[in-house]
Amino acid sequence: MSDNVKEITSVNFETEVLKSDTPVLVDFWAEWCGPCRAIGPVVDEIANDYNGKVSVGKLNVDNENQLAMQYGVRSIPALLVFNNGAVVNQIVGAVPKNRITDILNTVISS
Amino acid sequence: MNRKVIIIGSGPAGLTAALYTARANLNPLVFEGSQPGGQLTITTDVENYPGFPEGIMGPELMDKFRDQATRFGAECHFKHVTKVNFSEPPYKVWVADECYTAETIIIATGASAKMLGLESESELMGYGVSACATCDGYFFKDKKVIVVGGGDSAMEEAIYLTKFASEVLIVHRRDEFRASKIMVKRALNNLKIKVAWNTVLADILGTQKKGVHSVMLKDTQNDKTREEACDGVFMAIGHIPNTDLFVEALDADQAGYIFTKNGSTATNLDGVFACGDVQDNVYRQAVTAAGSGCMAAIDAEKYLENLHG
Repeated sequence: MSDNVKEITSVNFETEVLKSDTPVLVDFWAEWCGPCRAIGPVVDEIANDYNGKVSVGKLNVDNENQLAMQYGVRSIPALLVFNNGAVVNQIVGAVPKNRITDILNTVISS
Repeated sequence: MNRKVIIIGSGPAGLTAALYTARANLNPLVFEGSQPGGQLTITTDVENYPGFPEGIMGPELMDKFRDQATRFGAECHFKHVTKVNFSEPPYKVWVADECYTAETIIIATGASAKMLGLESESELMGYGVSACATCDGYFFKDKKVIVVGGGDSAMEEAIYLTKFASEVLIVHRRDEFRASKIMVKRALNNLKIKVAWNTVLADILGTQKKGVHSVMLKDTQNDKTREEACDGVFMAIGHIPNTDLFVEALDADQAGYIFTKNGSTATNLDGVFACGDVQDNVYRQAVTAAGSGCMAAIDAEKYLENLHG
């Protein structure tokens, strides 16, 4: 996992995600999910590419079931983009990097 | 740079083709597509891949395939091919605006789960509608789910889902399953599984915010429709080959499976080869896909030898 990726838990969710100064990409994932493993390295790359502009976190749904339920995650990998405390976009499934960066670029420029 | 070989797809077929062409010093470039590792990455235990007597997890097996191919120099990129032009060699392959060229192309794009084509189905995909019980079953603890289909994969999904769901209703359009006897028996003996025979899924009701709350089921005998409450819908009605990119250039059957010449992986175009599920609607096994991936690599190597003398 890249140093620029934070582990998100119910303890730090409010400070790291809801109250973040920058947009936040949260990767809802689990060990047993094949497509999550496929997209993991891409999320790491994005964390490095967007360092300072977008914070990137990973949320393990096995440990943080409540948060997954709260945000209506019913399929993983699910990438939720938060801005100013609210979900502004989400992507379900392993998608190519440019699908994710397109969305992040729109969020940054808005 | 004009490549010797580009491989499109990264399941057992694509990665075996990568292994063999890498060992033949053809420096293959693999475009892994949107599901690196292919269909096995959304399964759990693979019990029928020879050489693993205790079974192996699908994603782990595919990691091993990739490691073995890259060990000999295959380059695997997590990129999705968006366009091809096979009108003349060198053949062109695009990933968005990046263009790559190669003397030979090995197509190993496999197959994807078939959808019914309902509007609500695509809208709610990932929000209560799923084609992968092993990925999403976890989110349906103590909930009621529907499985649509009657083949082995429908039975497998239904049985797997009983680990989480309180009730699994299999919706099947006929009055018997086409699944293998052992799988049907396992499913019907499971107390959590019920079956709606002669029934089709007419609509899925719900929203992206709140998920699925019910489905409309139509009885094919009397055409009566009823609403059935449920929290999730799992589609297991078969597969379609991923050949949208190639239908113009390559001969294929009506379902879209690419035609290959008997006993080889050659398509109607010289230097373009197809292997794995994209050209096989009969066997569709990891081991047969791997076998045909090996064939494609050897066919490509021979073709290049003849070309360069």
